[in-house]
Amino acid sequence: MANNTTHTIEYQSLSKTLLILLFLTFVTISIASVQLGAFTLAVALLIACVKSFIVLSHFMHLKYESLLLRILVAMVFVLFALIVAITFIDYAFR
Amino acid sequence: MSNVSANSEYVSYLDHQGKYKGIMSWIMATDHKRIALLYMYSIMTFFIIGVVLGIMMKLEMLTPGETIMKAKMYNSVFTLHGILMIFMVVIPGLSAVFGNFFLPIHIGAKDVSFPKLNRFSWWIFVVGSIMAVLSQVLKDGPPDTGWTFYAPYSTTTSSNVIMATAAAFVLGFSSILTGLNFIVTIHQLRAPGMKFFNMPLFPWALYATAWIQLLATPVIGITLLMLIAERAFHIGFFDPALGGDPLLFQHLFWIYSHPAVYVMMLPAMGVITEIIPTFCQRQIYGYKAVAVSSLAIAGVGFLVWGHHMYTSGMSDTARWFFSLLTFIVAVPSAIKVFNWITTMYKGSIDVKPPFLYALAFIFLFIIGGTTGLLLGSVATNVQVHDTSFVVAHFHYIIFGGMGFAFFAAIHYWLPKMYGKMYDFKMANIGLVINFIGFNLLYFPQFIIGIQGMPRRYFDYPAKFQPAQLVSSIGGFILVTGLIIMIYTLVKGARKGAPAPANPWRGSTLEWQIPSPPSVENFDEEPVIKENPYDYK
Amino acid sequence: MSQHTAHIEEHRDDEASKLGMWLFIFTELLLFGGLFLVYSIFRMQYPVEFRECSLELSVTIGAINTVVLLFSSMTVAMSMTAIQKNDMKKALLYIGVTLFCAAIFLVNKYFEWSGKFHHGLYPGSELMTHLDRGHHLYFSLYFFMTGLHALHIIIGMTLLFVCYFKVRKNTIHSQDYVLLENSALYWHLVDLIWIFLFPLMYLIS
Repeated sequence: MANNTTHTIEYQSLSKTLLILLFLTFVTISIASVQLGAFTLAVALLIACVKSFIVLSHFMHLKYESLLLRILVAMVFVLFALIVAITFIDYAFR
Repeated sequence: MSNVSANSEYVSYLDHQGKYKGIMSWIMATDHKRIALLYMYSIMTFFIIGVVLGIMMKLEMLTPGETIMKAKMYNSVFTLHGILMIFMVVIPGLSAVFGNFFLPIHIGAKDVSFPKLNRFSWWIFVVGSIMAVLSQVLKDGPPDTGWTFYAPYSTTTSSNVIMATAAAFVLGFSSILTGLNFIVTIHQLRAPGMKFFNMPLFPWALYATAWIQLLATPVIGITLLMLIAERAFHIGFFDPALGGDPLLFQHLFWIYSHPAVYVMMLPAMGVITEIIPTFCQRQIYGYKAVAVSSLAIAGVGFLVWGHHMYTSGMSDTARWFFSLLTFIVAVPSAIKVFNWITTMYKGSIDVKPPFLYALAFIFLFIIGGTTGLLLGSVATNVQVHDTSFVVAHFHYIIFGGMGFAFFAAIHYWLPKMYGKMYDFKMANIGLVINFIGFNLLYFPQFIIGIQGMPRRYFDYPAKFQPAQLVSSIGGFILVTGLIIMIYTLVKGARKGAPAPANPWRGSTLEWQIPSPPSVENFDEEPVIKENPYDYK
Repeated sequence: MSQHTAHIEEHRDDEASKLGMWLFIFTELLLFGGLFLVYSIFRMQYPVEFRECSLELSVTIGAINTVVLLFSSMTVAMSMTAIQKNDMKKALLYIGVTLFCAAIFLVNKYFEWSGKFHHGLYPGSELMTHLDRGHHLYFSLYFFMTGLHALHIIIGMTLLFVCYFKVRKNTIHSQDYVLLENSALYWHLVDLIWIFLFPLMYLIS
């Protein structure tokens, strides 16, 4: 019962992904020194989210997995975001 | 093992000769049914110890002042009672015992997806339990924090908190692996033709439970690790003296421990949902509503943890928000109660012990659930927070709910698990005594709770004496009932009359196969019905 | 699944293994999630102190480690490609490179931590206990989070070591590579967490 259904990703595509990730890392570091006020954290987190999305979809093959698994992964992140948001309802309104 | 083929002679899983002999054939077992029994024996052992500790507390509360133990000892006793009962009895209880035994059978599979991982889960359950016991006997003295390990007391007390929290961490790991196994099993091993909405409702409940086990337990894991790091290395997270925030501990603790309540309750509800259609010979009312309400409870249950913290100094905005969500999570639970009762309407009811236990469950669960709403609304909660009202409430839910569901399940499935039948009359006597004892034990605590009796106190003013006396007497009655029940069941399992394959005329898959089942569960391809509760 | 298949022990289901690994990754995400929650609460309360402390860390070392981990994430993904193409030599090479990167990461981490220890800054030290609340919390989180992450690096390395020898013994091959696939997933998880740790610990403005 050999049921390896994983899609094969070419080397070239992987190295392109790496280049994008490195570029994003460079952007994160360079904007950290620019004063954007409160936006700096938001931008840093946004870039981190984009990077993790790329890692999840390309390196972790999620792009080629079943819809079910993709929904489950999304669900986990949504759950975590909800928990953080609700905890902040306490701390932000003390 | 591989020479067991279709239509070969039937050998029960209890008599099957595998690679290992004697006791090793159990410790090394990968058969989900044997692992289920292993869990049951260990959990029953801890349950009995927990009951003994409970009775010790009731003896202490018999009269005001010191009765049989000192205050410090009382702290250790309720802490151990809590740790044992929560982490080693009710959280693994139904899913690890009956889930392991019947989940694969209900979905027409031969075993769970990862049998070896299943065995490993039980092993680390045993390791965690041994650690919990060790925390009691090691030199620093038994922990006295209560099962909640609230900081900063837990980070500063000299008692043996590290071992106890490490035990809870290991037990959590076992819980995660069981949940993981069940989710994969339900996704991958359903028999051909069995879609999600053809599954019986017990697997549905287990599926929702497994998600909670999987996603909530890591949060308590990291919290306990932080607590250990704080004690061991003076890393500051929760202790204000180290710069930390004790409220954050409460948040993190309840982010797990509130969903954990549903780890206990959802499978209990699943068991009741199996029993009622069988003994009413009637299709469950609102199959999809019951199935989806399990998921709804699991989902919303993640977001209501703050209702344990109304008096902690949390912001007002958070307090009304959590209160609102708490009322919402009550809705799917109420849907289930409504559907159970409606299923009975015009059914041909067969009054047997499992059904009576299910009725007792519904009665106790309604009391526990509605007092839960009282606690869920901020205004009344502030009044009764940390009183014995809370103790009464959660015992109605956890013992009256999950505990009685466990008893219902064991009366329902014992003939299938052992192939023997127990004595109905004795079982009914045990049930009645349990029911009376339970209500006498816990109901007075609602009343004195409202009057201001705090929880976890070993002393009380004289005006509470009558209620405490009734409560203690209820405790002794309950223990008598438990002894009768366990005696009846053990006698039945050992020497009872042989049970037929389908003693209750049930319609789910476990009743299609012999009692006890063979190693592979299904020697013939099971017939998958579109509707698992087809009684026409 | 025919009736004649042997007992489940000998039954292989790669889809199930992979789903199981993903579920395990979910638990890891929530494990670190709890820590990130604690971090965000404390950072909200002590923004200035967190900023001051982050200046004590070397962005260069952090950046090097980020690049190293991203690179190793790519090589482990390439080892999967190589296995699928039945190119064992390349697969071994890529797993080896990944392990090498992991080692570099740990060596960097070692120097970073020992630098702090050298200045008397470690959990429970004299200096640490005299810090004020915000600073103490930052370094508590720093040691705990990077320490736990390093522990995950070590677990990931162990898994990849096992894969390396299994590929050599030909028990992982183009028809059966789910162990490598799962180890690679685990390795990406380690990378994923670092993607958030790096800006949150090193780059606070």
